[in-house]
Order: sequence, then structure tokens, then C-alpha cells
Amino acid sequence: MTAAQLFSPEESARIRADFPILTRTVRGGRPLVYLDTGATSQKPTEVIDAERRYYETVNAGAHRGAHLLAEEATDAYEGARSTVARFIGARPADVVFTKNATESLNLVAYAFTNAAAPGAMAGVDPAVAERFRLGPGDEVCVTEMEHHANLVPWQELCRRSGATLRWLPITDDGRLDLTDLDTLVNERTKVLAFTHVSNVLGTVNPVATLVARAKEVGALTVLDACQSAPHLPIDVTELGVDFLAFSGHKMYGPTGVGVLWGRGELLDAMPPFLTGGSMIELVRMEGTTYAPPPQRFEAGSMNVAQVVGLAAAIDFIEGIGLDRIHAHELALTERLLDGLARRPWVRVVGPTDAVDRGSSVAFVVDDVHAHDVGQLLDAEGVEVRVGHHCAWPLHRRFRIAATTRATFGVYNTAAEVDALLAALDTVPAVFGVDVSQQVGA
Amino acid sequence: MDLYQELIIEHSKRPQHAGLRDPFDAEVHHVNPTCGDEVTLRVKVGESGELEDVSYDSIGCSISVASTSVLAEECIGHPLEEVFETYNAMRSMLTSKGADPGDEEVIGDGVAFSGVSQYPARVKCALLGWSAMLDALAQAGVDISATSHPASTSSTTA
Repeated sequence: MTAAQLFSPEESARIRADFPILTRTVRGGRPLVYLDTGATSQKPTEVIDAERRYYETVNAGAHRGAHLLAEEATDAYEGARSTVARFIGARPADVVFTKNATESLNLVAYAFTNAAAPGAMAGVDPAVAERFRLGPGDEVCVTEMEHHANLVPWQELCRRSGATLRWLPITDDGRLDLTDLDTLVNERTKVLAFTHVSNVLGTVNPVATLVARAKEVGALTVLDACQSAPHLPIDVTELGVDFLAFSGHKMYGPTGVGVLWGRGELLDAMPPFLTGGSMIELVRMEGTTYAPPPQRFEAGSMNVAQVVGLAAAIDFIEGIGLDRIHAHELALTERLLDGLARRPWVRVVGPTDAVDRGSSVAFVVDDVHAHDVGQLLDAEGVEVRVGHHCAWPLHRRFRIAATTRATFGVYNTAAEVDALLAALDTVPAVFGVDVSQQVGA
Repeated sequence: MDLYQELIIEHSKRPQHAGLRDPFDAEVHHVNPTCGDEVTLRVKVGESGELEDVSYDSIGCSISVASTSVLAEECIGHPLEEVFETYNAMRSMLTSKGADPGDEEVIGDGVAFSGVSQYPARVKCALLGWSAMLDALAQAGVDISATSHPASTSSTTA
């Protein structure tokens, strides 16, 4: 396990100097305390420059045309694919670029629907084709802590196919409740889709246990890695999952680019999601055959500049090292959990220790709505997320409408944790909260 | 900060005329999907064209709860023309980005919400109950075309 360890003040200052936005002020000249990296991260100069440089010196149709610029654009695009592949321990051919993780997850969900079309799986090994056959009597299992992006596509797939959706519940302290794992994931289960790290609770889920059970029953595993890819080292072989999705913009990269990794033999068998230019092998008026992956899943002109920016973001992350980033963020998380524990009028929703934990810390203040808490924090320049964070069922599970959520990135500091706590201390006076009172459940 | 006037805090802690009551002509349920604020609201129109009762159950932030409370206080028992005038004045103030300070003669305690117009993310909170009331009135068969409610000027939104 990684031990919590803050960056030195010098290193922190160096990292922060790399993010132009951190020099701006907010709300009456206050310094910006950005604690919403879980929603989207800020961008370092390297990423902004990589996108600009691409447009200024290379821009052309990647995988289109034979002129020099088109060759260079293709090289930049495919070079970025290799960078992403190396980052997650994968083969470049198994890395698909999308517009975001939501599209990546829909791409997998729609493979089941499209596989049901007549002839869609012709020529595919019957054993592999069978894994994409979904209908009444079959089951898809998710968890109660999923972001809507890894819940709604599976709900919709079940609605279209007649399969049944099941879910693993959450314990009171914010961990997955695995008591009934063997009944919830059973011989009828075709897909087990779950998040690596909860975007609300911060919980790091036991991937090995879940994957082992899925393998026993022959279910495909889909991992939402949005909240882990920028924070924990990821290796697809070690994780053992079949599909993995994440977004570029949460990992210091541009908006508009996401990644889907899938096992080669599965991607090979899957029908396309979006169709059109560049995903084809042969087109006749009567019909079309498809290109092999990853091109099969990259229809139309792609987000080349953003893909190039994502590669720059990965270089940035690797320049610091994910082990060290994780250790730093863990130290910030511990400091915040400590501070909140000393305020009995605040209740953390999620694990209250830093074991198997990412850096999302969600909390409620008794009788004060998260929007109001967030507004007072914003008045002090502290920018957090409020609401249900696209995890409405999770909030229902804890019988709360909304939480206030702080999430950390590589640029955050211990002083910023203290700024959050100080801003939080302005809440009781405004809303008449009894600070000696323990929050009711 | 200027947003949280004492009046808003008071109304949010003790919402006036809260709770769902019978009889009613129409009931609506409105949500603010970005934050999970919810209001269930009923209207009862009287014999002589007055808004006889507005009853509601609201879960949400102080701004949305207090605004619905002020709505009940300012609208219950008033002729519908006055209710529409109050709605229009409230909506105009809230969406003015600070240009319209609000007329106390028309919106009463509603002026406490003038600061909300500086915070675009919160305007929806403050309008939640008011939009629900207009929607409920329309469902009760009342002609709301005299209001600035989006549904009264567009044929596609409900």
C-alpha cells in the first residue's frame, strides 16, 4: 500500500506554476482554491501547448490523404495511441479513442444490441459470439455506487434486450457489500460493470474479488476507470478486466477525448457502434464491411488535437509518477478527513479512513443543503462540487438529496485543505448550526 | 455574504403554508436535476378567480425552500391577475443579472432574493416553486398567457 506523502513545498510550487489557471483570482480577488478535479481537472501548459502546436504545425486529416501533413497528423494520432497503451499496459491496437468515457461505455453496451442483428456475428468464434448474446433470462450486474455513465447505458441495454439489471449494494460506511456477491453475480450474469474508484465516496473497489467471481460465471467485466486513471497506477493485465473506460479531461487532458480499452479478441468480435467514414473496409451500395479495431470504432473525423493533448497529459503525469501523485493526494485526503472528524456537525459520506481510498471526500452539514454549503465555500474562493454528482441512486441509498464534495489533483496543497476547513467554519453562523451537535444519521 | 438575507434563512427554516392540502385542482412535481431539489405543489383556484390555496412539499436548498415559502405568502388568497404580476416581477428580477432590484410593492419579501440574480447557478433554485405554480395553474385549466413563464410563450415546452 502506498504511504501518504506530500510533495515538498518546492515541488508543489513547481507543479502549480505549470497550471496557468491557478494564477487567477475569484470572488473579490481571492486566490482560487480548486477542489473539483473529480469533475474536471485543470490543464498544464504542456497540454495546452501540445494542442496549439498540433494546430499550428501539423493539422490535417489523420488517416486521410497521402500528403506530408496528413502523414504527420496520422503519426501524431497513432503516437498518442501508443502513449495511452503504454500508460495502461496494453497493446495500441486494443485502444479506442472516443469523445469521453460515457461514449466508451455506450460503445460496449451497444455491442450487445447490435450483435443481435441478423448476421452481425457471422464469422465470429461461436464461443465469443455467445458472450455478446443478451436476452430475457440473462442478467447484467452493476453497483449502487455507479456514476450515471456506468448505470444508465446498462439500464437501457436491459430495457432493449429484456435482460434483468441487478446491483451490488453499499454498506453504511461506503464500501461495496459483497455478502450476496455469489447470488447477484451468477450463471445468468453476462456483464459485471463497476467503478474502480467511486466519484463520490472515494472508495477503491476490490477489483480482483469482483473479476474472480465474474470469471467463475463467464461474465464480461467492464471497469469505469475515470476516477482512477489520473490517481492510481493502472495495468489492464493486472486488473484482469475485459473492458476499461476513462476520460481525458479528468486526467489533465483536453475535453472531448475518452478512451476505451478492450481485450483484442472481444473488440475483434464486436460490431461497430457509430458508422460512417474511416471505419470501413469495403463499401458498396448494397452493403459495407468493417475495418478491424480500433478503426472500426472510430467513425468520422476524430478529435486528433485532443488525442494529442491527452498524450501530453500522460507524459505530464508520468513525469511526476502516479505512485507519488497517489501518495500526495492520500496525504491531502487524510488531512481533510482528520479536519472533518474534528467537526461533529459534519458527516462524511464514504470511508472515514484513508484505506483503499481515492481522494474524493463527500460530506453533509446537518440541516444545511449542499448548495448552500457550496455557495459559502465559493464566497471564500473554495470551489467544490455540490449536488448528486451524477450518482443519484447512491445519494438515495444514504437518504440524502445532495452532498458537498472535495476532490484533489496533483496541484492541490495542504494549505488548500486548511482553506476549505476554514471556509466550512463560516457555515454554522449563517445557518444557525449547533456546532456541538453530532449530525443525525 | 449578500446572498443569504436574514429573511431567506428565516423562510428556509420555517417555510410558510408548507405541507400538501386538500382540496386542490392540480398537483405537479418539479425537480432541479442538477442538484436534486424537488417540490410537489398543489393549487386550488377559488370561485371568484382568486388563488384560493397553494400547498407544497419541498426538499432542497435554502433558496428554493425559502422562495416557495415567499410564493405561498405572497400569492395565497390573491386574484390570479395579481399572482401573475407577482410572478412576472419575481422572474424579471431573478433573471436580470442584478439590473432589476425588485419592487417590494409587488413581490413583498421576494425582494430578499434580489442577490440571487448575481448567481446564475442559483436562479433555477429560486424559480423552482414559481415555475411549478404556473405549471399547476395551466394544468388546472387557467390561462397563463399573461405571464412570462416559458410555457406561455413557446408552443413546445410544457
